[in-house]
Amino acid sequence: MTDALLETRALRKAFGALIATDTVDFDVRAGETHAVIGPNGAGKTTFIKQLSGELRPDSGQVRFAGEDITNLPSQRRSREGLARSFQITSVYRDFSALDNVALAVQAHAGHSFRFWRPAREDISLTRPAMQVLEKVGLGKRTAILAANLAHGEQRQLEIAMALATQPRLLLLDEPVAGMGTDESKRMIELLATLKGEKTIVLVEHDMDAVFTLADRISVLVYGRIIATGTPVEIRANQEVRAAYLGEDL
Amino acid sequence: MVAILLLLAAVPPVAALLHEPFYLDLLRRVMIFAIAAISLNLILGYGGMVSFGHAAYLGIGAYAVGVLSHHGIDNGWLQWGIAIGASALVAAAIGSISVRTSGIYFIMITLAFTQMLYYLGVSIAKYGGDDGMRLNVRSQFSGLIDLNDPAEFYYLVFAILSLFLYLSHRLVNSRFGLVLQATRLNEARTRAIGLSPYPYRLAAFVISGAMCGLAGALLANQTSFLTPEFMNWTRSGELMFMVILGGIATTAGPLLGAAGLLLLEDVLQGWSVLPKWVHEHWQLYLGVILVLVVLYAKRGLAGLLPGNERDD
Repeated sequence: MTDALLETRALRKAFGALIATDTVDFDVRAGETHAVIGPNGAGKTTFIKQLSGELRPDSGQVRFAGEDITNLPSQRRSREGLARSFQITSVYRDFSALDNVALAVQAHAGHSFRFWRPAREDISLTRPAMQVLEKVGLGKRTAILAANLAHGEQRQLEIAMALATQPRLLLLDEPVAGMGTDESKRMIELLATLKGEKTIVLVEHDMDAVFTLADRISVLVYGRIIATGTPVEIRANQEVRAAYLGEDL
Repeated sequence: MVAILLLLAAVPPVAALLHEPFYLDLLRRVMIFAIAAISLNLILGYGGMVSFGHAAYLGIGAYAVGVLSHHGIDNGWLQWGIAIGASALVAAAIGSISVRTSGIYFIMITLAFTQMLYYLGVSIAKYGGDDGMRLNVRSQFSGLIDLNDPAEFYYLVFAILSLFLYLSHRLVNSRFGLVLQATRLNEARTRAIGLSPYPYRLAAFVISGAMCGLAGALLANQTSFLTPEFMNWTRSGELMFMVILGGIATTAGPLLGAAGLLLLEDVLQGWSVLPKWVHEHWQLYLGVILVLVVLYAKRGLAGLLPGNERDD
């Protein structure tokens, strides 16, 4: 698999007797949007945490751009170009939207042992941050404290922070979770603009989002990937239908 | 903030006019503790590291002056330089272990190290052990500043306080300061955008220890006396209280907190207009006032200031 940007080989993670990730082989091609779906408790979050570096697998390998990154902590993976958004919104609530994104820019602009110049007046940080905020549709909300943004806007802010690190791959953990219809429609539109531009791994419950955005879908059930294919193939797959017990795919 | 500093600058001539040199002494003490509280606010307020052992650096700074003086070295440049350097070194050693932990573990580790230093002070009979020792001569600055002159000493402490207020203001708004605050606000997010918290937190811990070491050197000169009590855990608690009372993660907070706590102590203990039952149980009334401030002024005394700027 020469064109895989991110791949796992025989990835395994157990919590006691529960095997949350069971010998998973998974690959994401450069440029594609690859969705990971599965019923509740299928081990999606455990899986994505092993991709992002928050959890170490018991065995197996995670490779990114040909490098073995299995043992790299998340901050190193971020520097290698792997950015992630969290299932439960994770922003700096006491910082403004601009501060949040500027900090993500700063994190990839060399070390931060700079003690004197005010970072908020540094246009080499704020200008790219403003551009990313414009891109995700928060251009008019830059000065608002993240805590005071609407839920949907906070999710957009997360995407902005991920983009600000200029990643080669975006790991999005349920980006439309908890959103109203309008909000989730806007988020799907935003992600559609990123599609093709970025390689994306999308873990999502929302089937609208998945079938609108994904080039390929992998289905995770009880820690195993039971099928990988195009949306059309996945829709027709009997095993997948059984796993979802008649839920509308 | 500027208004407070102008008031402080006006104290020596006013005190001289009123023939009340005592106030000079009291406010110098307030400012020295404010410097220590500024250093603690850096890691506790901005960095979210609840150091319950910050008095260690007061002690190290004080002992640097006391021990050198004991051996006949009265040069202030050397004494204070060693006070800062030794505090930075000890902070680096304690920090390299404690900064990896957080929450209750961080509190316990910093407390444990400080108690070790406290008992070290108690056990060294040569430097007075339990009783501590007198400082025979205050630090000498080659005739440049005379610390025996109350007003000169006062203005030196005032200058250092002003400098540290400015330095900490610059620091918390720099790239370094924003990363430090980010590690407090959301560590997982900070890692996810590609930053390792450890080196930044450790650096802040060392800077804070070094600043507090200088406060210790000042304190030894202020009291002309030093004991292991400087490092007692209750002293660490007082410093923490100043930071919280003044308003955590604010520029003016540590100064307001130090002033609030020490002046209240003085008023409740000493003012003759208050009834005797207040003097006798002053700690009780102090406690009540402090609880009320913490409950009703969420951002401490700094939150009550007009304008009440906040740096983060």
